[in-house]
Amino acid sequence: MATYYSEEHEWLMIDEDIAIIGITTHAAEQLGDIVFIEQKEPGEEFENGDEIGVIESVKAASEIYAPVDGEVVEANEVLQGNPAALNESPESDAWIYKIKLSDPAQLEGLMSLSEYKSFIA
Amino acid sequence: MADKLKRTPLYDLHVELGGKMVDFVGWEMPVQYPAGIMAEHAQCRTKAALFDVSHMGQVMLVGDEVALKLESLVPAALDELRIGKARYTFFTNPDGGIIDDLIVSNAGDHLFVVVNASMRYQDVPYMRENLPSIEVIEVFDRALIAVQGPMAEDVVGTHCPEITELKFMETTLAEIDGTECRISRLGYTGEDGYEISIPEDEVDRISRLMLSHPECAPAGLGARDSLRMEAGLCLYGNDINPSTSPIEAGLKWAIQKRRQAAGGFPGADRILNELKNGPSRKLVGIKPSGRAPARAGVEIHDLNRNTVGAITSGGFGPTVSGPVAMGYVSLPFANVGTQVQLIIRGKPQPAEVCAMPFITPNYKR
Repeated sequence: MATYYSEEHEWLMIDEDIAIIGITTHAAEQLGDIVFIEQKEPGEEFENGDEIGVIESVKAASEIYAPVDGEVVEANEVLQGNPAALNESPESDAWIYKIKLSDPAQLEGLMSLSEYKSFIA
Repeated sequence: MADKLKRTPLYDLHVELGGKMVDFVGWEMPVQYPAGIMAEHAQCRTKAALFDVSHMGQVMLVGDEVALKLESLVPAALDELRIGKARYTFFTNPDGGIIDDLIVSNAGDHLFVVVNASMRYQDVPYMRENLPSIEVIEVFDRALIAVQGPMAEDVVGTHCPEITELKFMETTLAEIDGTECRISRLGYTGEDGYEISIPEDEVDRISRLMLSHPECAPAGLGARDSLRMEAGLCLYGNDINPSTSPIEAGLKWAIQKRRQAAGGFPGADRILNELKNGPSRKLVGIKPSGRAPARAGVEIHDLNRNTVGAITSGGFGPTVSGPVAMGYVSLPFANVGTQVQLIIRGKPQPAEVCAMPFITPNYKR
């Protein structure tokens, strides 16, 4: 399964036309202690660049922007009770959504891990 | 930024400690260290935390009847403030609003005043203009640190035993490791603790001495903000400003009886009228029922979606372990227990008007 990265510091792990998406460890570190996340409901559709949620740290609120077009299949409900998981395991257990990709070709506009690493360097 | 950011004498220490430096009203200050805001907040509530507050303005006022003269600008009773005592007050404007808050200490041969970093460049000329017979000396060669928390007495007392005798809102000159400092038992966290004015060349060494205590760790501006919110302490520019009166802000306690009776400060007409007849709005604590923090600017609605006020400060309270906020509501909605709605990102969220502070303060009275 390939993993892609966005300039908004999200990762997308792809399994055919389904992507699991979350925020990168770098993003979690920048946000600091996360205390709340607002998520979309399954079934909601969105386009690349749409706001698909909000993460609140102790200090500030930050929007989550969709890196591709798609539809929410599942929201990770564990995060509602334990938003701090986004600091602890942002690139594994604390995934945010499973989404259905509308146009898998859009993935070509995203970065590989090595490209993302130089992007944040 | 057109202007270069200013740095305090502790800048190198902040960087060495891994501080995340941000622009705070023109000063390059640590918002947090690697421990993070939650841990730094808990450190202050349970042990002791060291804050750099050198960006704040330190001012000496010297002259005959200086306390009485300063009373023409603030509603606190200062003339009877005894040597070694400190008092919280605020400059009021002719409309009865607040144009900065400050701590005034009677240092014997002068008044020692600490004003907000964001306002020091207005306050100093303002005092010079309005206190013509008083020498207004802005102190540029001293830093200011705060050591706050239930173990602050141990931390500072290890190097300066006499300060264990100080009580809340008392101040003294004392030596820490051979350096004379002004040590005041007060702060902005809701905890016991000290603010220490230190010659700039010595502050790095003395801060390291404090941090060498096993129970003391550094804390940044992020924790300072969450601590003061939980303690129900106003932030100038958010909770108090030129349009809010001290009565609306719940600061009647800072206008002593003699001043309530006699007035004689800017805006006394409005302030004394509100004291007698009540204000039309009040600053109250707001406890969101859910988990979403309500930050400054969020509208407060009644249960019928009528706007009744707005949040002025809000966020997550680590000790409360949930969101906390404060804001102004019109008088009929100011009673503790009133149910309101907060419009967060367009959606109404239930909340309740509550008493402040959100934590039990731990002052050494």
